[in-house]
Amino acid sequence: MAQTKRSMLIDPLVDNNPITLQVLGICSALAVTSSLQVALVMSIAVTLVTGFSSMFISMLRNHIPGAIRIIVQMVIIASLVIVVDQVLKAYAYEISKTLSVFVGLIITNCIVMGRAEAFAMKNPPVASFIDGVGNGLGYGLILMLVGFIRELFGAGSLFGITVLPTVNNDGWYVPNGMLLLPPSAFFIIGLLIWAFRTWKPEQVEEREYKIQVVDAH
Amino acid sequence: MPDDNGHQGDRPNKGFVRRFLDLPADSVPKTVFVAVTLCLVASMVVSATAVSLRPIQDVNKLRDKQINILQVAGVYTPGENIPEAFNAFEPHVLDLATGEFTTEFDPATFDDLAAADDPELSRALTDDPAGIGRQSNFRTIYLLRKEDKSIDKIILPVHGYGLWSTLYGFVALEANGNDIFGLQFYQHAETPGLGAEVDNPRWKALWSGKKLTDDNGDLLITVAKTAPPAGKEYHVDALAGATLTSVGVDNLVRFWMGESGYGPFLANVKAGAI
Repeated sequence: MAQTKRSMLIDPLVDNNPITLQVLGICSALAVTSSLQVALVMSIAVTLVTGFSSMFISMLRNHIPGAIRIIVQMVIIASLVIVVDQVLKAYAYEISKTLSVFVGLIITNCIVMGRAEAFAMKNPPVASFIDGVGNGLGYGLILMLVGFIRELFGAGSLFGITVLPTVNNDGWYVPNGMLLLPPSAFFIIGLLIWAFRTWKPEQVEEREYKIQVVDAH
Repeated sequence: MPDDNGHQGDRPNKGFVRRFLDLPADSVPKTVFVAVTLCLVASMVVSATAVSLRPIQDVNKLRDKQINILQVAGVYTPGENIPEAFNAFEPHVLDLATGEFTTEFDPATFDDLAAADDPELSRALTDDPAGIGRQSNFRTIYLLRKEDKSIDKIILPVHGYGLWSTLYGFVALEANGNDIFGLQFYQHAETPGLGAEVDNPRWKALWSGKKLTDDNGDLLITVAKTAPPAGKEYHVDALAGATLTSVGVDNLVRFWMGESGYGPFLANVKAGAI
């Protein structure tokens, strides 16, 4: 096998990150990153779902009929997501209320489907599991980075603990309210993609077209 | 799926499952077999999880409801012992028709929402602006008393249909039974960002200090885009981008505070009978 298990786990963090390189899973990254605590729970949920769904799909890969393979993958992913949702409702009720629909929407998260279709259908279970966990962690890493910036500068706190006392609470920091709104995550993810590609220039895609310079006669 | 081919028919005494597993993955019987088996297994896993976690979830739901009652009465401090703080509230089962408390049921175990499905304890609504279908004849309400035992807040449960879902919540009234102290929903499934803004603290704060009826007893409170002629103290601004949820909240508040809801009880409160 060309990839070692170690690189399967490490690569999706930076070199092949599902959000910054593959630009998948953006929708939920916008919605759940206004506080770090919620972003952390979402990261764990996605990591578990990607890991286990890849593993189960890989175990069944030789029996999944090609004609209904997407539906089979969806059934496996959806069941896992419902299990995660039920567990959250039982053990982290407040957070599950904040995450509301987004836990359910893990089903449609392109990262989970993408790993199932691109990797788990062709590779053995253990490798698929590691690949799934790696991609989940890559997604989680970006979520935590974005959540860190948004919560720190938007609300002046980290994990709900005040770091920069805000003006509303007799402090000195004037919070940037825009960072609590979903569009700010777009800007932060965009800047992160730029930072990653400056650091690792090989991530920059080739231009699909080139503007030709025509010499004037 | 190459390794599924070429194994058929070489052992005649294979088991039922084995025979299917050895079929080529793309054959029709195998497709049906995989689909049915997978659905069975997945549904069993999902139901087993849901059933086994139900008791813990119910405890969470009850706790959440109690927190909401504390919040709507304005006495919630994060991190406190919820059941202990909740003991300050005095639950009563109210007979809606007479507006008086009844001792027929134990408030600790009486479930109003289950009672709404019991033909003996409820009635089907013909005039049903809140969209709830059946209304229980009895509801559990909560009283918060001051230290001198006079009533501080009256907490009334309300529910009604919004856009997608039934909204369940509480209205907290001042002791005079007419001034609103707060309104809060503890369960709904309205659109996040639009209808779900009923949970927005800034919108909820609009309810504080509004009045239900004027001096003649006419029910004037409304949730609307523009203030009605009756004046601002009866008007709560509707949610932008959530017309149907706003209409739903308007209907449910007016229904529950009206004659078929808590009207008789509030009349008793105003008369000083409670």
